[in-house]
Amino acid sequence: MIAIDNLCVTAGKFALEGISFQVAAGQYAVLMGKTGSGKTTLLEAICGLKRVRSGTVWLLGRDVTSTKAAQRGVGYVPQDRALFPNLTVWDHLAFALVVRRWDKRRIAERVGELADLLGLGHLLDRRPPGLSGGEAQRVALGRALSAHPQVLLLDEPLSALDESTRHEMHDLLAAVRQRTGVTTLHVTHNQAEALKLADRLLTLKAGRIEEVPLDGRGNGAVSQPAPGAEVRP
Amino acid sequence: MAHATISSKTHVRSDAPFFAGLIILGGVYVLLIAAMLAAEVAYTSPDDLLGALGSEKIRYAIKLSLVSCSITTILALWVAVPLGYLMARYRFPGKWLIDALLDIPIVLPPLVVGLALLVLFQTRLARAFEDNVFAVTYAIPSVILAQFSVATAFAVRTMLVTFEQIDSRQEQVALTLGSSRGQAFWFVVLPQARRGLVTAATLSWARALGEFGPILVFSGSTRMRTEVLPTTVYLELSSSNVEAAVAVSLVMIVAAAVVLLIVRLFGMEKSPTQL
Repeated sequence: MIAIDNLCVTAGKFALEGISFQVAAGQYAVLMGKTGSGKTTLLEAICGLKRVRSGTVWLLGRDVTSTKAAQRGVGYVPQDRALFPNLTVWDHLAFALVVRRWDKRRIAERVGELADLLGLGHLLDRRPPGLSGGEAQRVALGRALSAHPQVLLLDEPLSALDESTRHEMHDLLAAVRQRTGVTTLHVTHNQAEALKLADRLLTLKAGRIEEVPLDGRGNGAVSQPAPGAEVRP
Repeated sequence: MAHATISSKTHVRSDAPFFAGLIILGGVYVLLIAAMLAAEVAYTSPDDLLGALGSEKIRYAIKLSLVSCSITTILALWVAVPLGYLMARYRFPGKWLIDALLDIPIVLPPLVVGLALLVLFQTRLARAFEDNVFAVTYAIPSVILAQFSVATAFAVRTMLVTFEQIDSRQEQVALTLGSSRGQAFWFVVLPQARRGLVTAATLSWARALGEFGPILVFSGSTRMRTEVLPTTVYLELSSSNVEAAVAVSLVMIVAAAVVLLIVRLFGMEKSPTQL
């Protein structure tokens, strides 16, 4: 699971202060917020790509606040996908396994599984410039999932896609969740997307996380721990 | 309903003067280079060329130039890749000073570079090295060192710009996938820097080939020992043997043209980032 306790992060002139929330194991939490509210900064802090000024990040029961990004066991799909232009789709799906020195047979098996799950079998020899938006998004997702992460962080994964591709991706994300059970924190500013996918809906507003009941009634900081309470995974 | 229309009387300026200006300004320089090459070709004759290539001393200078330039290029890239990457990616105390120091070999007069090397090798430490390891001053290693001192500065600048153009976000994502910084550099960054590497190698090689001032001061101009092609041109001119000097310079032009052609052909191969 994910547990954030009183997290303070600075990114240039922007700062997040005192962020606290939890996502239970296996849950699909969607975090909404306006552009510039700090959603990406928060995800990057959880990944280990942004230094934390104070507070704690817990992943799967471990305090990972000072742990390097490579050792956090997180799958991350950035908003810009950041695919590697020189590598084929096969190389992308295998990347996390190659750096972990898996043997070739296991890598080939895992790449095959991911290609089946994400419909990438016919694209394995292609490089990113030859992929459509939807295909590139599948590759980014496959790359993030390849080493069986326990936590998946998605930064606006569907924002650059057209309507019909977005619907396909909704179904795909649901299928991935069904198959892997991975704890997911999905950031978006699209309400329809949030309502379709979320087990829990959180919002980031004025530097504060609030939970929105999915039946749409009321609001409240349900996910905030009581003052003085310790956050433990 | 009133709506905007493009009036048939709207005057759109012709692009002809713009293109004429570009062509004239650029064309003057291109013509100058072409005229210089044509003059050299017209001045020499096949007999002069064959005579130059038949000379044992000139053949030695050609061999030494090709070997020393190649070694210099390899050494320059060994330095330029890590240094260019460090400078492109990281902030550290004194970075501004190192940045300025890297430009010194580019802006200094070549003779001053040679003099600085000569003085450096008069120090106690350098003399101990020469006494106990191998001779440098006025020997073949000094040719390579003189070429390296200048050529590497160009290679570093090229690699710095190359790495700056590669999105560092990709390395960040590679870290989240479990890679170390070294693996991210090897698997993600270096393949994308291939064209920059070729450019850096070409610049280094070409610069090393044309290096004369530092070699003259630091290595001397001893025939059959530290003589490289630019030195040959100088020595032949000093002996009023203009035909031989022009013939040798044509050899250098042909060598440089072959290298540039190979690089252009290699560079024309589509990079994975091209559609």
